[in-house]
This record gives sequence, structure tokens and C-alpha cells, in this order.
Amino acid sequence: MTVHAVTIPTSPALPVGAPRLLALTAQVAVVNVLIAGVIAMLGGAHLVNTLVYSQCIGLSIWGSIETGRRIAGGGARDWPAGWRLASLIAIGCVAGYAVGLTIADTIFGHSSWRDYLHAPRRLLGEFGPTVAFCVLVSGGFYLRAQARADRLRMAEATHAATLARLDLLQSQLEPHMLFNTLANLRALIDADPRRAQEMLDHLIAFLRATLAASRQAAHPLADEFARSADYLALMQVRMGQRLRADMTLPAELAAIMVPPLLLQPLVENAIKHGLEPQRGLGALQISAQLDGDTLVLRVADSGRGLAAAAASGAPTQSGFGFGLVHVRERLQALYGDAARLTLAPRAEGGTLAEIRLPIAPTAISAPIEP
Amino acid sequence: MTTALIAEDEPLLAQALCNELGRAWPQLRLLEPAVDGDEAVEGALAQRPDIVFLDIRMPGRSGLEAAEAIVEEWPGDAGALPLIVFVTAYDQYALQAFERAAVDYLQKPVQPARLAACCKRLKDQVALRDAARADASIPDEATLLGRLRSLLGATTAPGESPLSILQAGVGATLHMIPIDEVIYLEAADKYVRVVTAAREAWLRTSLRELLPRLPADRFWQIHRGTVVRADAIATATRDDSGKVHLTLRERPERLVASRLHAHLFRAM
Repeated sequence: MTVHAVTIPTSPALPVGAPRLLALTAQVAVVNVLIAGVIAMLGGAHLVNTLVYSQCIGLSIWGSIETGRRIAGGGARDWPAGWRLASLIAIGCVAGYAVGLTIADTIFGHSSWRDYLHAPRRLLGEFGPTVAFCVLVSGGFYLRAQARADRLRMAEATHAATLARLDLLQSQLEPHMLFNTLANLRALIDADPRRAQEMLDHLIAFLRATLAASRQAAHPLADEFARSADYLALMQVRMGQRLRADMTLPAELAAIMVPPLLLQPLVENAIKHGLEPQRGLGALQISAQLDGDTLVLRVADSGRGLAAAAASGAPTQSGFGFGLVHVRERLQALYGDAARLTLAPRAEGGTLAEIRLPIAPTAISAPIEP
Repeated sequence: MTTALIAEDEPLLAQALCNELGRAWPQLRLLEPAVDGDEAVEGALAQRPDIVFLDIRMPGRSGLEAAEAIVEEWPGDAGALPLIVFVTAYDQYALQAFERAAVDYLQKPVQPARLAACCKRLKDQVALRDAARADASIPDEATLLGRLRSLLGATTAPGESPLSILQAGVGATLHMIPIDEVIYLEAADKYVRVVTAAREAWLRTSLRELLPRLPADRFWQIHRGTVVRADAIATATRDDSGKVHLTLRERPERLVASRLHAHLFRAM
């Protein structure tokens, strides 16, 4: 099986900082020129005057909103939403208009404020359209930023989901396990063709289930036990007399829906880090039971124990606990704090892995196709 | 007659390798297979085969650790060291190390053509060795030891931060031992015994984990279970079996450097 590297296309990185700020300023300046043109045409005012006033007021409003946005929103590209957005634009318009008008007045040695004092209607006639333009332009910028953020979020989510699926596949289809199983199969074809066929059937079921599990949201507990049984059958052929496994699933629990690949990683972990490295015989008990409305899945091994596994440097090899980290993350994502996975040493030696998860109807969902 | 020992924990694979070897090299006499690393060491030392096939991942001692122990404990009067072939299902990093160390290895499932090539190489080496014995010349162990050394060095994980102080718990008290005061370190089961001029202490760690964190130019591994500070050594004397006996400046006891590490002690 080949795992292809997946590259997720993301929106090209935009220049952040000074270059981006300059580009935005230029865009605003162009809009100001257009506005000045329209005003000059409609009102017959002097073009140069209108242009200077338009630039001063436009740029200063944009500057106020941009500054306010960065102070309030934090990020260089985030826009606030709802009433915060409305008040940002309102305050930005008033402050920016006042500052811009004063600057333009200073340039021309004029006082528009005195004009407004004599003719308040004029203030309304000039400030009104400014606000309208300002809302239009801000709205444009806002929507553009929003669309970009959405695209980025989508790409990130897809990326994370793909990575999680790859991780799961890779932890399940561990090359060492696969090649050892194939080597055993090759030996059996020679020695005992019927057992070879049985082993191949288990391998096929194991591979099919592993590939399907990365796309399935839930399946019956009986299926989860069956997949673990396939894996155990493969290990039984490999380990021979050394492994004694025993599974108990009460009939009334068989139909409970559970996320796939919860139990099997525990079984694999118990064999890989507990029983396989230990000399001599090993026993494995897998069971399910109900504790109130909590489903309890247990995998108990008589292996070398947690301390020995940690001391042998297992964390750096073959990802000790990687499968478990995965189970834990998925439990957290699906059930929050209501579910948990614990590992504990057993009094008689070995390790007990236990998953507790609620079986409230809300926690059980039908399989979802991607 | 050439003899071989197979160490493989999976019974079907051990049987399959026996069968394949029977076909590829009918004259080879196969000893009862060992089912783990410890049995491999015992079997090899007791029966002294010419060739050992070692699976890498085995219960207890790994194939590499078993090889190290066999070479170190191989008696001086037992003739040439056995030829070692590693067998592995999938060990990306180990394979690279094997290539670099020019050690022969087989990948599971073992392909007949590959096994035939391996057998031919082994036959050549056995013949070469017999010829050398007839000449009464010293068998060329240096190459074999060098290969195994580089292999063992290559497979130790790169260390975490280097240590300057060892912290040894004695009851409720923690003893801080600067590494400059350490004379030697000795592996003992899951612990390491730290010996200074004045006292000794125990660390709850394995020597294998500790070794990469010590400065390699000052702390020399002289045995799979012993690491000594080089400037604490007074004299080194080589015996007939190839081992080197060390005396120390500040301690009365003597240490032994195994044949695998004896190359460290040569006159300038």
C-alpha cells in the first residue's frame, strides 16, 4: 500500500506589514479620486480642491478605521463583527472626517467648520455622502477579508483531517507487522496451505477494516471485536504457543455503536509493548461491560509492564503510545471529558488499559460518508 | 562440518528459514533454533557454531544486543568468532547501518535468491577462515569486530542534552556527582553503578540511555557494561585472549576491556 503525500493548496501568502499597508493605501487613494470626480461632476466644485479634500478625508477615515480595527481585532487581517463593526465604522467616520477636514482646511487656509456653523445643512450634505461611501468601501474590505479567512480556515480543516487519517493509517499498517505477517504467510503456504488461506482471510479482513475505519464515524461494538479478533488471529499464527488470548463480549452490548479503532489499538499496544518483548508465555484478556450508562472496554495483558516498556526506550521506537495518543485524542474530540482512556499496572503483573465512554444516544451517530 | 544457529522468536519463520537453508546449503548442520536473544547467547556460547542468524526484534535481548554479548563473551580458546547474519522484517534505520557496516543481513520474507547469495558469501568466508587456520595465522577478527562496533554505534539513538552532573538518589537525599569526579560506570540490571574515588552511588537508568549523554572523548566504553573516564586509567595490559586489563589511578580494583573495545588501547 502506498501512502501518497498530500499537498493542500492554500491561498498565496499576502504581503503583511509595510508593503501590504502601502498597497491598501494606494487602493483607498484610487477610490478617493473616483469619489472626487463624481462630486466635482455633480456639484460643479473646483476639481483640485475636491481632490485634496477627498484624499485627506478618505485617507484619514481609512486610517482611523484601520487603526481601530487593529487595536480591537488584534490580527492584521481580522475584522470585528456585529455591533463592534458598526461602531468601528461610525467612530472611524466621525474622527477621520474631522481630522481629514482640518488637514485640508490647513492646506487651503480655509475653515469649513465656520461654514458649517453658519449653514448646518451643508455639514449634513457633505458628511452624509462621505459616510455612505465609507460604509460601502469598508464593507468591501470587510467581505474580502472574510472570504479570505474562510478559505484559509477551510484549507486548514481539510489539511488537519487528511493528516489525522494518514496518521491513523500509518499507525495501523505498520511495516514491521505487515512484513512479518507476510513472511509467516509465505512459510505457511509451504507447510499448511489451508491455514495459510485462513491467515490470508484474516489479513484481508484486517486490511479492509483498517482502510474503511479511516472513513467511518461509528460501527457496532461486535464489529470492533471482530476486527480485533482478526488482528489477534494474525498474531496467534506469529507467536504460536507464546500467546493466549481470550475475548468476552456480552450479547446485549454487541449492537452498541462505537467509533472504529478504539479497542484494536489497545490490543496492538498490549502485544507490541507488553507481550512481544517479553520472554515466555503471555496472556491477553479483552472484555466489554456496562457500568450504568458507561461502556467499559478493557484490555489486560500479563506482559512486562509499563515501567519496563518506558525504560527500554520504547517512546522513540515505533511510537510507544502513539496508537494510544490517537485513541485519547479521538475520545476527547468525540466525547470531551465524558470519556477517558487509562493505563495502569496490574497487581499480578502486566498492564490494564481501560476505555470508559458514555453511551447516551447523542454520543452515538450513524456512519458518515466523507 | 559447518554449523549454524538460528535465533527467531516466531516458530513458523524459524522453521521456514531452516527449510530454506536446507535447500540452499544441504551440508550446513543446523542447531536447535533459539527462541529469543538470551537463548541465542547461551546457545552460541555453549555450542560455538560457525554462523549465527539473528532476528533483530526478539523478546528479551534484541539481535544486536545478542551479537554484542556473543562477541564479548566468546572464549579465547574457542577459535574464530562466528559469522553473524542479521534478519529483519522492516528496520529502515538498521538496514542503513548494516549497509554502512558491510554486515550481511536478510529481509523477511527471505527470498531464495537472496538466501543463496548469502550462503555463497558465508561459504567463502568459512573457507577463507579454514585456510587461515591451516596456515596457523591469526584469523582476521579486526574486520569483524570493527563492523560490529560501527553497527552498535550507529544504532544508539542520538543523545539528549549532554550531562555535566549525575544525580543519584540515596534515601531521601540527592547526591550531585560532577562527571569529572566519576571514575567509571557499571551497568547492573536496570541500574547504573557510579564509582568515584570516595564513594559509589546508583542511578535508576540504563547505561545504554546514559552513554550518549556523556562526552565521548573523555568517557570510553570498554565493555558492554562498563564505561570509564579515560584520564582515570593508569595502565592497560593485553592478555592472550585479546582482552585488556586496566588499573586505575584512584581506585584499587581492575577493569576489563572486552575484545570488541580493546582497539582503544594501543601504544602511540
